[in-house]
Amino acid sequence: MPDTLPSVDDAVALGLTREEYALIVDKLGRAPNEVELAVFSLLWSEHCSYKHSRPLLRTLPTEGERVVMGPGENAGAVDLGDGWAVAFKVESHNHPSAVEPFQGAATGVGGILRDIFAIGARPIAVLDSLRFGEPTSPRSRYLLDRAVAGIGHYGNSIGVPTVGGEVYFEGPYEHNCLVNAMALGLARSEDMVRSAAAGVGNALVLFGASTGRDGIGGASVLASAELGEGDADKRPTVQVGDPFAEKKVLECSLELLERGLLVSLQDLGAAGLTSSSAEMASKGGVGVDLDVARVPLREAGMAPFEIMISESQERMLCVVAPGSVDEVVTVCERWEVHGTAIGSVTDTGRLRVLHGERVVGDMPVAALVDECPVYELDPRRPATPLYPVPTPTPLFAGEEEPSVREILLALVAAPNITSRLPLFEQYDWLVQSRTVRRPGEADAAVLLMPTGAAIAVSIDGSGRRVAADPYTGTVEAVLECAANLACVGAAPLGLTNCLNFANPEKAHVAWQLTESVRGLGDTCRALGVPVVGGNVSLYNEGAEGPIYPTPVVGMVGELPDPARAGRAGFAREGDLIALVGAFAPTLGASELAKLRGEALPAELPEADVVAAQRTHAAVRDAVRAGVLTSAHDVAEGGVLVAVAESCLAGGMGAALERRPLAALATALTPRRSKRERGGRLPEPLAAALFGEAPGTAFVVSGDREALDRLEARTHLVELGRVGGDALAVGEDLAITLAVLREAHSALGPLFP
Amino acid sequence: MRFGVVRFPGSCDEVDALGACGRVGEAEILWHGDRDLRGVDAVVIPGGFSYGDYLRVGAIARFSPVMESVTAFAREGGPVLGICNGFQVLCEAGLLPGALLPNVGLRFLCRQLEIEVVDAGTAFTGACAPGDRLSIPAKHQAGRYYAPGEPRVVFRYAHDGNPNGSSNDIAGVANEGGNIVGLMPHPEHAVDPLTSSTDGLRLFESALALARA
Repeated sequence: MPDTLPSVDDAVALGLTREEYALIVDKLGRAPNEVELAVFSLLWSEHCSYKHSRPLLRTLPTEGERVVMGPGENAGAVDLGDGWAVAFKVESHNHPSAVEPFQGAATGVGGILRDIFAIGARPIAVLDSLRFGEPTSPRSRYLLDRAVAGIGHYGNSIGVPTVGGEVYFEGPYEHNCLVNAMALGLARSEDMVRSAAAGVGNALVLFGASTGRDGIGGASVLASAELGEGDADKRPTVQVGDPFAEKKVLECSLELLERGLLVSLQDLGAAGLTSSSAEMASKGGVGVDLDVARVPLREAGMAPFEIMISESQERMLCVVAPGSVDEVVTVCERWEVHGTAIGSVTDTGRLRVLHGERVVGDMPVAALVDECPVYELDPRRPATPLYPVPTPTPLFAGEEEPSVREILLALVAAPNITSRLPLFEQYDWLVQSRTVRRPGEADAAVLLMPTGAAIAVSIDGSGRRVAADPYTGTVEAVLECAANLACVGAAPLGLTNCLNFANPEKAHVAWQLTESVRGLGDTCRALGVPVVGGNVSLYNEGAEGPIYPTPVVGMVGELPDPARAGRAGFAREGDLIALVGAFAPTLGASELAKLRGEALPAELPEADVVAAQRTHAAVRDAVRAGVLTSAHDVAEGGVLVAVAESCLAGGMGAALERRPLAALATALTPRRSKRERGGRLPEPLAAALFGEAPGTAFVVSGDREALDRLEARTHLVELGRVGGDALAVGEDLAITLAVLREAHSALGPLFP
Repeated sequence: MRFGVVRFPGSCDEVDALGACGRVGEAEILWHGDRDLRGVDAVVIPGGFSYGDYLRVGAIARFSPVMESVTAFAREGGPVLGICNGFQVLCEAGLLPGALLPNVGLRFLCRQLEIEVVDAGTAFTGACAPGDRLSIPAKHQAGRYYAPGEPRVVFRYAHDGNPNGSSNDIAGVANEGGNIVGLMPHPEHAVDPLTSSTDGLRLFESALALARA
């Protein structure tokens, strides 16, 4: 041990408060040494302890008939029948990606994949949810380009398809991008493994890559503090990913489990050996002795605390009966990964860190994991707007109101709406031969299951709408995810979430977080969808202010017949096109409002969850019955954009009638209409054509019988017919598919 | 007929290839560390990132023990199909001419595309006719084929759809004997109408027809 103990100032430098340091001294009965302080600082960081969010997360519904594994394990899982389960989880890697986007995004994928195979599931899919500043900013383009390359590098190389995702561009993410990755895995229910250490005298075996100085302090220094000046200096805290190493660790883990050699398994993520060992011990109610001198190192001369907190990637920790250690090591050798017994399970309830014979740290596990102080939030609604008003795009900067044609083309070309194909083409979306609906083909990805049925998965979240109204914005995110599933004929099974927020110690952020979690919980309860796991990423703000609060929701559902999975594109000339659902769109916080350069509204109109659920069920059943040719939810940009997207996805035009759209506008006209804008496009008509009410309505196509079937169960308005090579509205508007397609390819130039 | 599908550390598409072979015959995995080809009738070197594709794509895999046996098997006229990374390995092993360079865009690209059968006289195209168009996905970052001289071209990208800058739109080639074929697109990912087209099956059916002949 070093001669001098670290001081309280050292503790503060590691991210602890003075009060927390005093509490640690109290728990230990003495001042912590270097190793102990490092361990406490990581486990008591927000990233590991959820000390600002834990009470809120407890309010979420987590139980359901189909839940096999809930929050608290490496990933959640739901039952698929026939003994199969699907595991899934979403996690953030925001701060590493803001500092070094390629490795940050790559290791984000690597980390979430390890969470999946740590419970014994084979990873079968990745989705990602990305947020950057406006693409007019060179830094945002750089972050986008490198993050996409990093996600592809890891997912493509390890043989897990990237089947979906979303990307949005908004000013408040300029200095703090978001990179969330979601992974799904497939397991036999009886083969799944938990992470609780058990069996006093059992061995702890560390396997996978060797341990180096990369990623030291990532959880506390990067993930639990605001970004600011000098972030480039933090590059050494970003881990470096090696998908080839992880592929070997993945296959090795699954073989060890298949052979029944493991008592429990845990991946090494944030805070490395520290959090994995302490959490395994805590869950099992046991103690752990670790000898850091036995850890295979990448470089010589690493201090014990460095070995304990290193975030070197592609490592796993398992508990093994003493008699099985040799066989475990043999399997590791076959896969050409290190496999080393580095400690044992004890009955002391303490985490003891040894370096050979010498004890270099000795801490009660309960103090590390369970007794971290939990902070009450002080939520207060902000009195003044938090976010700058966006700059209007050139089209809206002039005197004259643009035409419907100009607005539609501007929306179709808007960074948040334009085709994501240039991203998806950089990902392998087909490896493993399960992908029934590929990116862009439908509103949700559809994956074939060994049961003969299929699962669908979607990821969603609109920071701008949550910024306007944290409660309703979050309700909408859940509804939109469920709507996406309905479009392919899937019913929700479970949900995972990643709560990306700014500094919760600030009252207005605490309010956003509290309201958002309330919206999430209420909607999940209303829809009967359990939350099986998730992740919290706080302190997402830079000197310029906070990010838009961004709860990202990933939802998994099932559909019985993969051959009938829905598609988004029109596909049959002469089909009727209809708008389905009780649709009351507004322009506040819409994509059009952003293009116009309008401030966020003070709140959003309440979403009718019951009506939305009824509509989802009607659309889902029609898709399952195979009567609809296409189904697509009305999201950013409103009805006309949704129709345009279905035209482009199917390569077919549409002839809409004026009357139903005008009627919708009339319905949206306030009794005493006050015209805020002059010009060609009255506000109610703009709301009818381009307004948004996420998750509540769909554009579908099919024959008369299909529409009658839907109309019997939910609100339906016929809009027109599929056909021709243009999107036309009455005699007023006709835009050829070629023109639409060109507008919709606006992201291409970002990936030269 | 029995196919053997090689598994290297870092192979990604071996299970898909196994499934595709299994649709027309029997199929089993051949471990990279084994020299024993277990008496299979045809060998498939699958896609993926063998040995992480470190150093250069396919450069390390060619030195694995199993490749010694595959090379001997191929030299004796045994049918060998290299898909994507497998094509790269076969070029590195000298079983096929030429090399695969990084795509012109320098990006990984995953796309459903059409290839045209140029040569229906190989072990894996006997069930096709010259001029046939097959809809098959391609996904790679180093698929730009280059060879001095005139290789035996088996497939070309159709409709000006060359995704990687490959010389003369070459998507696949064979050795002079026609028993060794390599291509960048993935026929094993075009065998099930639920997930893609079924055009890729024709390659595996060709091998089956040859084995029965």
